[in-house]
Amino acid sequence: MLCCVKALSVMDDLLREFLTETSENLDTVDVELVRFEQEPNNAAILGNIFRLVHTIKGTCGFLNLPRLEALTHAAEALMDRFRNGMPVRADAVSLVLATLDRVKDLLEELERNKAEPAGDDDDLISRLHAMVAEDGVAPARAATSAGTLVYQVLERPLRPGEATLDELERAFRETPGPAPRSSAPKSSTSSPSAPKSSTPPAARERQPADLAPPGPAVADRDAPDKASADQVKRSIRVQLDTLEHLMTMVSELVLTRNQLLEIDARHGISEFRSPLQQLSNATAALQDGIMKTRMQPISTAWQKLPRIVRDLSTELGKHIELEMQGGDTELDRQVLDVIRDPLLHMVRNSADHGIELPAERVAAGKPECGIIRLSAYHEGGQIVIEISDDGRGLDAGRIRARVLAGGLASEDDLSTLSDAQVYSFIFAAGFSTASQVTHLSGRGVGMDVVRNNIDRIGGTIDVRSVAARGTSIVIKIPLTLAIMPALIVSGAGGRYAVPQVAVRELIRVREKGDQRIERLRSAGVLRVENKLLPLLPLSELLGQDAAESHGSDLIVVMQSGQDSFGIIVDDVVQTAEIVVKPVSRRLRHIHAFSGMTILGDGAVIMIIDPNNAARVLGVTSKAQNAMPAAGAADQGEGGRSRESLLLFRAGPGQIKAVPVSLVARLEEIDVSQLEPAESGWLLRHRDRLVPVRAANEHVALRGSGLQPVLMFADGDRTLGLMIDEIVDIVEDRLDIEIAASQPGTVGSAIVAGCATDILDIGHHFQSVFPDWCAKAAGSAATRPQVLLVDDAAFFRDMLKPVIQAAGFEVVVASSAAGALDLIGRGGRLDVVIADTEMPGMDGFQLCEALRGAAATAHLSFIGLSARISEDIVRRGREAGFDDFVAKFDRSGLIAALKEQTAGEHAA
Amino acid sequence: MSAPERKFVTARIGGQLVGIPIARAREVFSPQAITPVPAAGKDIAGVLNLRGRIVTMIDLRSHFAMPAYADGALAIGVDEGGDSYGLMVDALDEVRRLATEDIQENPVNLDEPLRRVSAGVCKVEDELLVVLDVDRILKTGAIASEERTGAAAPADE
Repeated sequence: MLCCVKALSVMDDLLREFLTETSENLDTVDVELVRFEQEPNNAAILGNIFRLVHTIKGTCGFLNLPRLEALTHAAEALMDRFRNGMPVRADAVSLVLATLDRVKDLLEELERNKAEPAGDDDDLISRLHAMVAEDGVAPARAATSAGTLVYQVLERPLRPGEATLDELERAFRETPGPAPRSSAPKSSTSSPSAPKSSTPPAARERQPADLAPPGPAVADRDAPDKASADQVKRSIRVQLDTLEHLMTMVSELVLTRNQLLEIDARHGISEFRSPLQQLSNATAALQDGIMKTRMQPISTAWQKLPRIVRDLSTELGKHIELEMQGGDTELDRQVLDVIRDPLLHMVRNSADHGIELPAERVAAGKPECGIIRLSAYHEGGQIVIEISDDGRGLDAGRIRARVLAGGLASEDDLSTLSDAQVYSFIFAAGFSTASQVTHLSGRGVGMDVVRNNIDRIGGTIDVRSVAARGTSIVIKIPLTLAIMPALIVSGAGGRYAVPQVAVRELIRVREKGDQRIERLRSAGVLRVENKLLPLLPLSELLGQDAAESHGSDLIVVMQSGQDSFGIIVDDVVQTAEIVVKPVSRRLRHIHAFSGMTILGDGAVIMIIDPNNAARVLGVTSKAQNAMPAAGAADQGEGGRSRESLLLFRAGPGQIKAVPVSLVARLEEIDVSQLEPAESGWLLRHRDRLVPVRAANEHVALRGSGLQPVLMFADGDRTLGLMIDEIVDIVEDRLDIEIAASQPGTVGSAIVAGCATDILDIGHHFQSVFPDWCAKAAGSAATRPQVLLVDDAAFFRDMLKPVIQAAGFEVVVASSAAGALDLIGRGGRLDVVIADTEMPGMDGFQLCEALRGAAATAHLSFIGLSARISEDIVRRGREAGFDDFVAKFDRSGLIAALKEQTAGEHAA
Repeated sequence: MSAPERKFVTARIGGQLVGIPIARAREVFSPQAITPVPAAGKDIAGVLNLRGRIVTMIDLRSHFAMPAYADGALAIGVDEGGDSYGLMVDALDEVRRLATEDIQENPVNLDEPLRRVSAGVCKVEDELLVVLDVDRILKTGAIASEERTGAAAPADE
């Protein structure tokens, strides 16, 4: 009253402090409450919650925030009941949580407007009171009815915050261990409180005196709390801006130090050397220290999760336990901010879509209570965060259907994708698997956002799932975004930084050297450890015209996710710890760069984004490509489950092709080096003789000069196939549509719009190394025999070559009766693939019949169905099918076949 | 009662007089050691280090049908959304007060590249001053996207 202005500013300060303090307290209460519900008998937890609520209430009273005070007061009354032995029921906890949510809302409003919003909270308060009153009845049976009566009579007419205050104060004092947090605001508020002393502060001031009587027993119980109180006091609160500013200044200092070091290296003034060294060391230490201040335990990002999982379980009627491991794993605050929401979203998803209802779980033979597990740990300069659940797993069939319905991929595209690849579609924009959209997980707007967020900070996200066993999502993110080790390379007329985490090795190649770049028209490849590494010149990556190679190049072998590739640069200039600066908005549309940095010499250079480089090369793992990421539109058409195919001419007629992955290297061999041998030639290659054959009978040895030869290697066996001309390397899907009509060819496929023969390497290996077949695909006699039963000629024709190409012998039947007839005629058989929907006897009946007969009971049965539903799978299992595959899922069928036949041989 | 007027920093790009609102200009500096940025728009000269800040340099000469700068240019520093930019000019002129009512809309026959950077035209003494549309120049949407779609000028112009 006396000095209004000053009082006001003091109040402002107090208010600010109160808001910070309170929001922290509330977060803690959330966590504690959930724990409390799980362990209702844990008095220590209850004590903590009670104290926190009490602190909030007390401060509210002092700051004249009646709404907040009334609300927390009512909540506290209920908490007190719990403390005195009232059984904790889920609805009671829910009510307290709802109250705390309201408190948070009020606080937000308060922060915005510096005043409590109008209105009241009678709805919650009356429910809180009702619950307290309910308890009043309960002890009535145990104790005297008079006590109950008195309580109720007193309670009703009183406005909250007035009458039971003493009672609560007593309860508060009796609660062991004054909260360390509560002591701080109290001491700071006590002096300005003097002029307008109201009841609550007075009550608090009474507290120390009242604390004394309980004696040493209380003091003893205080001890552990005091220790933690000391710990808390050893940290101080610093404005984030201050830290950010410090970080920036340290970055500048690092740059200046680097510049000085460079000047020193050039001029070498010995006088400066020693102080410069000291400056350098101090700077490094400072940098380390500041980096540490940016680090926070990941638990700060998942603090809210127990509460959310608890709310979800109540709402969904599921039993869910949340397990958290590695909460003390530290990472950069900036990174933490980015992953906070994605984590929340994924845990929600697990609870909503992953974990089944208790009844379903029991039916599936699982414990009633589902588990969501969250873990974090360091691995090779990265943080790995894993969110897994033991729920029903992703439903590949449903995802496929969704993808089709949403037009995210065509049926053809989908049919070439494995289930694991299909799972990745959950990250596609506008995708949701929950057929019944709940408000909890939203409408599937989340997972694509999750992926974008992770992408933005240079992380990766991966999903694994096993039907009925659960789903696990693995996120890998960099430790910090601010400073990272990088390779400074030169090329494309400038210098660029490449993040070292993405670099696997450096390879120097020379035109005439042992390791050299082999060119296939436009594409360059390098053979590394028997694999062809796709190469891209730096200039091309940056959208410039390809620069002339000058005889000696350096290849930076990089890895992005599963895929390796090489970027051709002129040289590596140095390695450096670079301070990453964001790209200005005007340059942000250039995907080639993830940031900029200032080098020691003061020059600004761009930082290459390895993920983008992988995309440009088209080597990004198929699954990732199948996801239409936010930036996908800029990347041109993303190869969906594409394979690199080497196109070549061998004789007249169709172009031939072979998957690049099978080719060890491409050589142009002087025909004079080829020595004629039985049914082919021999090539002397590094003291070994390599057999060379013509790819087919039309390829003729040239009279002189160079002859192109494709070299294939399998273990220690190498084989050369002579061809006429290499045409190109293309990326395309490999769908063999017409089966082989001649040996040496697997079949025909449409590659890059043209009918193309696909080379059968196995055939050539077999003919050159007769014993090769035994250990590889197997000859006709040893190949597993498959019977394909389908009434549709279309599917028989489509699937037969596919199965054959995978190394099986196939006989077909157009009906169940035909199949029984075939089987009756004898002959070896390993697997029966049957369409479940056929006129007359259907696949289920056929399977049942064969399972029932002694001669065929041991066979493996794979069911084919146009639609896969739980119903069909169950029926199939009853009928005796070992596996079930969607009709269009060709790769799934092959995988199932291999699995069945592998089991067969083992058994 | 004087007519409302605004202060502009004026400069020359080639022979053309241009102006930007003085409130937008942060500093004037002489650009050095510009690193070109591959795949950036035609009007991006590159990036440079100005006392530890990374500044994206914008060369508007392409909009005035002039060859890009080689050397000796000056730059007016402007900030936008936390990023620093430098607008490159040949020479600084002076700070002028222009009456708001004197600034006219772009003439309908103003050629397209110029139209993209101009917020209006004003007669100053006996020549025309182009008031630069700083926001449009700095925002990714304006120039970069048009360049990305390929054509220098949209078909309807």
